[in-house]
Amino acid sequence: MEEPLLSLTVNGLAREVRAAGDTSLLEVLRNDLGLTGTKYGCGEGACGACVVLVDGAAKRACVTPASEVVGKTITTIEGLAQGDRLHPLQEAFLDEGAMQCGYCVPGMIMSAAGLLGKNPNPSEPQILEAMEGNVCRCCGYPRMLKAIHRAARAMEARK
Amino acid sequence: MTEFEESGLDPKALEVTRRQILRSLGGGILVFALAPDILAFAQRGGQRPTIPQEVDAWVHIGTDGRIGVMTGKVEVGQNARTMLTQAAAEELLVPPESIHLTMGDTDLVPFDMGTFGSRTTPTMVPQIRKAAAAAREALLGLAAAKWGVDRASLKLEQGRVTTADGKRSASYGELARGQKLETPISDDTPLTPISDWRTLGTSLPKIGARDIVTGKHTYASDLSRPGMLYAKVLRAPSFGATLESLNTQDAEAIAGVKVFRDGSFVAVAAPRLRDAERALEMLKARWSEKPQPSNKELFALLTEGAEKQALPAGAHMTLQGRYTAEFIAHAPLETRAALAEWDGKKLTVHTGTQRPFGVRGEVASALGIPEAQVRVLVPDTGSGYGGKHSGDAAVEAARIAKALGVPIKLVWTRREEFTHAYVRPAGVVEIASGVDAGGKLDHWQFDNYNSGGAGLGCPYGVADPRVEHHERESPLRQGSYRALATTFNNFSRETHMDELAHALGLDPLEFRLRNLSEPRLRAVLEAAAKGIGWGGAKPPKGRGFGIACGTDKGSVVASAVEVEVDSAIRVLRIVNAFECGKILNPDHLKSQVDGGILMGLGGALFERVEFANGRILSDGFSKYRVPRFSDMPPMETLLLDRPDLPSVGGGETPIIALAPAIGNAVFAATGKRLRDLPLTL
Repeated sequence: MEEPLLSLTVNGLAREVRAAGDTSLLEVLRNDLGLTGTKYGCGEGACGACVVLVDGAAKRACVTPASEVVGKTITTIEGLAQGDRLHPLQEAFLDEGAMQCGYCVPGMIMSAAGLLGKNPNPSEPQILEAMEGNVCRCCGYPRMLKAIHRAARAMEARK
Repeated sequence: MTEFEESGLDPKALEVTRRQILRSLGGGILVFALAPDILAFAQRGGQRPTIPQEVDAWVHIGTDGRIGVMTGKVEVGQNARTMLTQAAAEELLVPPESIHLTMGDTDLVPFDMGTFGSRTTPTMVPQIRKAAAAAREALLGLAAAKWGVDRASLKLEQGRVTTADGKRSASYGELARGQKLETPISDDTPLTPISDWRTLGTSLPKIGARDIVTGKHTYASDLSRPGMLYAKVLRAPSFGATLESLNTQDAEAIAGVKVFRDGSFVAVAAPRLRDAERALEMLKARWSEKPQPSNKELFALLTEGAEKQALPAGAHMTLQGRYTAEFIAHAPLETRAALAEWDGKKLTVHTGTQRPFGVRGEVASALGIPEAQVRVLVPDTGSGYGGKHSGDAAVEAARIAKALGVPIKLVWTRREEFTHAYVRPAGVVEIASGVDAGGKLDHWQFDNYNSGGAGLGCPYGVADPRVEHHERESPLRQGSYRALATTFNNFSRETHMDELAHALGLDPLEFRLRNLSEPRLRAVLEAAAKGIGWGGAKPPKGRGFGIACGTDKGSVVASAVEVEVDSAIRVLRIVNAFECGKILNPDHLKSQVDGGILMGLGGALFERVEFANGRILSDGFSKYRVPRFSDMPPMETLLLDRPDLPSVGGGETPIIALAPAIGNAVFAATGKRLRDLPLTL
């Protein structure tokens, strides 16, 4: 039986992928579409390395079937900047030096983007809650927290 | 046998490498940095060192002005790439962006044992500085000869050599043109004094950071090749299980799937990862298992046959203590990954490892080919923490790639990482001590079972200390971990010191200082104590302060904490003081120290590999708790800069004093003494 053709909108582009309905969005992004900025970390939705935005909301790609996001707008880390102009979160992570090995960073930034999308001015407890599912094994949490605060301020100022 | 051969180097392989390097570099100026021990060996033998076996870094000034620096060290998040670039830029007086640093490519860089033991800062930084300084001196010599001027009158600025009157000027590339100069470094080459540093000692931002925040950086797990197959390896269900029978029919029925079997090593490969995953599930394997230990008998097992410690007769006061630590996992966020290609003659593998040359040896021996036919490349990697010394994924991918003749990509799952990667050794420490009437240690016996010999020595003054590490057979595959056994040895020692202080009715800080003559350790201890407000107002009920210190790999650390204890231990505040000589990049050092402390919080409070009957049960982040955002307490880090001392590494030692500081604080808050890691009420 031939697998269905899934039509996805990824970073503003229409993409078509042949995949069984239960194929994870992570597998499709990384291996079918070559968007390797989204990382594999655990495969059970417990580390946040694979977070992408689906219709603006942070979603764990490793536990999201690709068939579930057909017709929705998907943004990955590769699609966050506008041309050469980085997203304020990307700028803030650079400014705060909020990375060591960097492997968790795309997922961190996408989780934070989901948070700031629905709550432009989050309190510290709100940030901690939203980011609790994202693991940084280098434990760069203090700087990431600062970076998210900084990005929120920058986005406020851009308005 | 020469010392080189003993070191595991294959001189023939390196000769090939040398030719490749010289060919690829073309003309210009090439400077070799010799490892100090090898230089000494060569000098003893009275022979000129031969190149390149003895070389541990290269600096090359190309005729196009490109400055290449090559080292076998790798970047795993500790920011070695940035620091080593700073080292070269400093001595060549060029902006850091002029330096192109090649790391961990076994065909292009000199042999290196590996990136571990906090060695990059104390050994590779000076080597690269010397090599860069020698290149600088060679450039000055060329310019002086060319223009017939005194070299001392020449100025260096932004990659150019200029005469004092400013009339003549040449770029490094122009000076290197037409040259084929090979020069080894010497200890006489003048290094830039700290007072003149422009790049070293500053917080140069991480090199490659922009590619990380945009998702462009390709880790080993992100690579692909046309025609590549994704592989999955069949894993034994428990340690020591043997494969009895295997039926591959269903797996092979999936379109595009290939099965590879070599004895008990079984793998499937397919053009799509999902098909390889499905094929793995379709393999029908029957295993023969044997009974294996579990957590509950671990410590009894490790101390089987241990001799009972004797307490000294006639001491003013004696104390015995027994401490334990569970196995913990590194859980690097990028799992083991490799992309292997076989072209009929050579196996090339990209993989994340801390020991590229070690992995080259592993791959060569697994394939039964000479090391010269293996090339290992290490892209900047998604962390290691001592957990990526081996080449598991590289060897597996290489075996499959060579057999199937197509590029193979193998990325371990998180479950494989938790259940098949090696873990930090568990251990038991027994201490018997004695103190004289003046509150000075006068007896110290320290026995470590299984966890390791690092950090075994007692930094406190005591005559005739007896310390020993007893090797044991581990029920799990164990190996290196950030700071090795020092974390647990220091936990045991610093908890015991706290117990002694309380038994003597002395303040724990005062008791430590009374027994501590090492001024650097005293300095960090006093700084951390001051930072937390030690000896100030009595904390409210249920709260307490704790302190601990330690030294390892030439650096010193002290952690002081305040905790609140109800049904759980809550760390309210952490103050760390750390000193590792002259600081080379303050911002990155702070990042390493803070990261180490928070990583240490996991081992102190909740990390524990659960296993039963040879099976690791904590096989995912949902079952193995690591520090997360909400675990982060307010934290202050004091970095003590000592320009008068040589720089040593900062990635490991900061982790060693946190757990005992927390345990000691819990005692201060509750009167309950915790002697086991992770600390549990």
